[in-house]
Amino acid sequence: MRPGGLAGLTFWGSVALALVLTLMPLPDALRAAKPFWVAIVVIYWALESPERMGLGRAFALGLVADLLTGSLLGEQALRLVVLAFITLRLRSRLRFFPMPQQTLAVLALLFNDRVVMLMIRSFTESAPVGLAHVAGPIAGALLWPWLFLLLDGLRLRTRPKDA
Amino acid sequence: MTLTPKLSSNDRAPLFAEGAAGTLRLAIYLMLAALAMVADYRGHYVEQVRGFAGSLAGPVYWLAAAPVRLVRAGYGAANDRGALRKENQGLRERLMLSEARLSRLAAVQDENARLRTLLDARTRLGLKAQLGELIDVDLDPFRHRLLIDLGANDGLEPGQAVMDAHGVLGQVLDVGRDRSVLVLITDASHALPVRVVRTGLRTIAYGSGDTATLRLPHIPFRADVRPGDELVTSGIGGHFPAGLPVGVVREVTPDDVATFALALATPSAGLARSGEVLVLHDERERLPKRGAAQPELEGPPESMPVAAPEARADAGNLAGGSPR
Repeated sequence: MRPGGLAGLTFWGSVALALVLTLMPLPDALRAAKPFWVAIVVIYWALESPERMGLGRAFALGLVADLLTGSLLGEQALRLVVLAFITLRLRSRLRFFPMPQQTLAVLALLFNDRVVMLMIRSFTESAPVGLAHVAGPIAGALLWPWLFLLLDGLRLRTRPKDA
Repeated sequence: MTLTPKLSSNDRAPLFAEGAAGTLRLAIYLMLAALAMVADYRGHYVEQVRGFAGSLAGPVYWLAAAPVRLVRAGYGAANDRGALRKENQGLRERLMLSEARLSRLAAVQDENARLRTLLDARTRLGLKAQLGELIDVDLDPFRHRLLIDLGANDGLEPGQAVMDAHGVLGQVLDVGRDRSVLVLITDASHALPVRVVRTGLRTIAYGSGDTATLRLPHIPFRADVRPGDELVTSGIGGHFPAGLPVGVVREVTPDDVATFALALATPSAGLARSGEVLVLHDERERLPKRGAAQPELEGPPESMPVAAPEARADAGNLAGGSPR
């Protein structure tokens, strides 16, 4: 965390909020459509400020999320590392995509993440594969433009003057 | 991993990528994650970490459950006196009904105990239950797991049966210091030994991943299972005391290859995310005592109880003792 303070606050605040949202219960009808909040935050920071969100932080964040949700320790860590890696690799393109195209890219990333998740889970349990798994990534992609604008606004406003 | 080809095509682009996301670092982190998963899955080495992290996680759970709490508080405040009185009255009637049923049950239990002494059988200890409250957080939309506010400090152990007022809910999976994770009987990885009350048929109820359905596959066609049949725990496996209500058979169909029947059942327990649950402290304490008494036993009549401690190891799998 930079001594800048405010900028760091945006980063850590968004991460903490993502963790809380991950645990927040939704009405049963919407349950399957819960977006992978932490992934969205990881994608955003990897795109816009990769010095804040490298593979190491994605990994650590995944471990924290695993501990909070009681999933197999390392599952979300692996998923987020894969996600951060792809995002960082494609960063130079993704950043300059127009918003609709970027949203589609995020959708693809989130889908890919679901596939990784089902792969991991198929090792340890009989994870039912169904259409329900489509809902989460779609919800995440639909939220992406708004979250992007929100986080961008906050980040630019709190950016240290000299940067 | 449909994106892999793109990755390799971009591999040599030195523009931004290097340093931030080197392939070597990716490999290292993936290996670390895999190691963590294996350690967690195979060895349960991470119990300590989990326990420690669990005690720090309290505020996060509190925050996540806050909106629901707010809504509920608002609902309570908005409810007028009349509605509350009505609810109170309803509850009182139900209590009276339950009391009446209980006193009848007590008579039956007395009789049962007398008959058992006549048969010289070991008396069963009564159920000891502990009331716990569910913490209103959603751990994973694709797993049926709940968080409960009891932990190792309250004497919980993995494998204990959990029920609500209507029937079996699930069992304790991971125990933290002040919180534990329950796995519900409808979780896709859970299996529960059950008995059909009407016919006495013993089988296994698997979770379906859907909160309204249990699956009972591989039932012989001649076994006469019909819609409306009640299911109770059979007690095989030792995790769940026998005779707890599990669910009601909803439909019976031939399975995919039509060699066996597949029954679908509706669980009796209200598998909602909020409310209070009972954690049972029964079998866990009884089994070691049986083991201790083992040398004195002789003769065939006691063969079942003697077999129980050994049987528990394999039956633990049957009972979904370690669903992960």
